[in-house]
Amino acid sequence: MGTIRAAEPADLPAITDLDRRLTGETKATYWQQTLERYAGGPPDRHFLVAETDSGALAGFAVGEVRAWEFGQPAAGWVFALQVDPKLRLKGIGTTLFDELCARFREQGVRRVRTLVDRRDHLILSFFRSQGMVAGPSLELDREL
Amino acid sequence: MKLQTATRLGLYAALELARDPERTLSAADLAERFGVSAHHLAKVLRTLSAAGLVRGGRGATGGYRFTGNRRRTTLMDVVALFEPAPGRRAPEPGEATPIGQGLQRVLAEIDEIAEATLRSISLETMLRPRR
Repeated sequence: MGTIRAAEPADLPAITDLDRRLTGETKATYWQQTLERYAGGPPDRHFLVAETDSGALAGFAVGEVRAWEFGQPAAGWVFALQVDPKLRLKGIGTTLFDELCARFREQGVRRVRTLVDRRDHLILSFFRSQGMVAGPSLELDREL
Repeated sequence: MKLQTATRLGLYAALELARDPERTLSAADLAERFGVSAHHLAKVLRTLSAAGLVRGGRGATGGYRFTGNRRRTTLMDVVALFEPAPGRRAPEPGEATPIGQGLQRVLAEIDEIAEATLRSISLETMLRPRR
């Protein structure tokens, strides 16, 4: 395993490509805007990348401390966490998650949260294996 | 969520044996741990054995050990051995009415959340000390 570092603008093509391979959709504008908002932004926003020893992108994680969202006190929110499928089961996701949690803790929060598609058993299992359980909120939605 | 007794015993036995795959425990050992009849547990162990999750158990004193994959086996895999699959049950009176259909949508939502929860927790995750 290589290193974890803060994302930089030069990471955009590799991030967009990894997300495209995982989701089947190209979202270049979304990732560019996310990088602009999170990478090198305010200290409560984090965009981390994991690199292989040869410097290739192994995965990335995005998170932010937010207070009073949905009536809840401050918590660290994980918005994205993706690992190259060829590099899975090497602890990269866990390292990214641990690093995000460490940064959240440094900011004084004591809880970490995320939202997961309940049909995505792979990512659900990952967060469960990190000790996460059902949170205090229940997501609701409807067609408009 | 209400699970049948056999399902709960299946989860107890699978988890207890998966705790140490090298260890062999008899149906009587396991029954004593959980305070249930060895006869009842032997039946549950036969189901787990047919699914390849445990092996062994000749006679009342025969030992069982875990032979599945802790990381790949989820709570849902064990539950599905004992509980009817969602949607596989016989229709109940009133289900075809608008009220019955509305109620079915609510119950299906609950089932989907329960299944997602059970499917996302591996035996490995259950047995790991909480962080």
